[in-house]
Amino acid sequence: MTQPLAQCVDVTKRFGHFVAVDGVDLRLGPGEVVGLLGANGAGKTTLIRMLLGLLATTSGQVLLFGEPPSRATRQRIGYVPQTLGLYDDLTPAENLAFSEAAFGTQPGEGGRQVMASALPESLRPFSRTVVGSLPLGVQRSVAFAQALAHHPDLLILDEPTSGVDPLARARLWETVAIAATAGTGVLVTTHYMDEAGECDRLMVMADGRVVAEGTSGQIVGDARVSVVETGSWAQAFAALEAAGLPATLVGRTLRVPGANPADVRRALGPIEASVTGAPATLEERFFELTLTASRAREPA
Amino acid sequence: MTAPSPDPGPAGPAVATQEWWGTEEACVTFGDKLALDHVTFHAPPGQVSAVVGGDGAGRTTLLRCLAGAHAVSSGRVQLPPPLRIGYLSAGSGTYPDLSVDENLAFRATAYRLPAATARERSAELLERAGLSGARDRLAGQLSGGMRQKLGVIASMLHQPDLLVLDEPTTGVDPVSRADLWWLIARAAANGAAVVLATSYLDEAERAFEVLALDAGRELASGTPEQIVAAMPGTLRVSDARPEGEVRRRAWRRGGRWRIWDPPGAPGPADLPSPAGPAGPGGPADEVTPDLQDAVTVAILARELAGARGGNGRPEGGDPR
Repeated sequence: MTQPLAQCVDVTKRFGHFVAVDGVDLRLGPGEVVGLLGANGAGKTTLIRMLLGLLATTSGQVLLFGEPPSRATRQRIGYVPQTLGLYDDLTPAENLAFSEAAFGTQPGEGGRQVMASALPESLRPFSRTVVGSLPLGVQRSVAFAQALAHHPDLLILDEPTSGVDPLARARLWETVAIAATAGTGVLVTTHYMDEAGECDRLMVMADGRVVAEGTSGQIVGDARVSVVETGSWAQAFAALEAAGLPATLVGRTLRVPGANPADVRRALGPIEASVTGAPATLEERFFELTLTASRAREPA
Repeated sequence: MTAPSPDPGPAGPAVATQEWWGTEEACVTFGDKLALDHVTFHAPPGQVSAVVGGDGAGRTTLLRCLAGAHAVSSGRVQLPPPLRIGYLSAGSGTYPDLSVDENLAFRATAYRLPAATARERSAELLERAGLSGARDRLAGQLSGGMRQKLGVIASMLHQPDLLVLDEPTTGVDPVSRADLWWLIARAAANGAAVVLATSYLDEAERAFEVLALDAGRELASGTPEQIVAAMPGTLRVSDARPEGEVRRRAWRRGGRWRIWDPPGAPGPADLPSPAGPAGPGGPADEVTPDLQDAVTVAILARELAGARGGNGRPEGGDPR
């Protein structure tokens, strides 16, 4: 087996009594795209900060390219934080030049050349506009270009596509896919379940632990929901709520996770409705996993 | 694709229940920039409608018009009285220096809601949204998801006829998003016309009706099914990255490539095999589009028609 680019072995991080990351194992190989899913507070960002070498582990081991995180390993990582990490008062080209200098790639005269070639075709029209005045989708492309400019072996993306239209989002993923095809390993967090399809593998975190791992299909497994079709959805919604079976609204259809159709039918009482079973979506399964994890913690 | 307008006949009796709130042919200009270009949007009571579009599409401008916070330059708006509208602006709309309870009490007073009613409704909604334990915390100290939930509760406390929510779920994790959607469904179940702006298409797919905006103009509108059915041309998938001219009509989704063939374009079978190994990835398969595909195609079609500007902002625009 080839050496993983990033590896966590039973990694735990505590802040005082609070366990932010609890015994996490992770292996990320070259060309692999791994998606990290989790609610806020699940431990995703803490895990990323340990991989970047910004936080020390409390116990367990983080290895990057086979060694502990250091300034040398950081040089082989491209990182796009949620906040993008760009200077608003600099142009895209100046931002790239700055990060080139920080990474020590091609200092001096050659630097400009590298920087110019790293600015993708689609960003050239904006090369003279300061980043703060650019649309969000363009800013995100600049952040991607900056993270990729030093040809990192490992790319870490923290919610990379929040707030952009679907075509711009697809273009960002295209950039990720091209890097992965060239052998870069990618670790990406997202709140957007549709993007899970872009990942080779998913890890679902809840309360600091990995609670599920695999492809989207493997994680959903045979989880099912009840689907309620009715002319009076508002009454059905209230009846289900009263019965402790909270429903979600899709159009005028209600979906009830974790409940079988017979129980749902009973809860609806005299309301006319058709109740059937359907496979759960990844988001519905994710929700169930997170809820189970938080219930398990409560008695403690 | 708009809902039937109420009869404007002068002699007709007042319509007992409003059929829709919204705009007709609304334009908004900022200086010489047309932020909203003849946009018609109807939000019927008791239903969730979604406005989608990326940054700069005109979502916030439209929602501000619906909230009565901005006047249209031309066209028409049909809105309930101000006290019957609830509005959550993008980026929370809560007071960071007030506690959760104080935020809600202040909002209730502003909407002239009796204190007892406000307390009762607040308690129920906070409990359901998982905020009961945070009532004394300052809004500014809440997590993003909690703050958004507080913002939505504050804007629906007075049970408005029209509830306008600007990106209530952006950047919010899936668990808080589920709570937000419960609140949204609850407001609609109480009879409000709910309008929410979002950049998540899977979320828009949960709305009954959707308006997609791009550069201030309507890209598509109707139920998700209608928008999908109205998509011109066909869609296919390919494992291999398309080459040549086709690449401009291709995008990445679900780990594969989607390729849009406009009406009249040569079908995949007729296409000369583009540069690359013979039969790259085998024949591509036609795929049934969903809302995200249909909206992406609409943006792409406009981009290709506008050409030149290579980043999704067509230059010039079509004469209208």
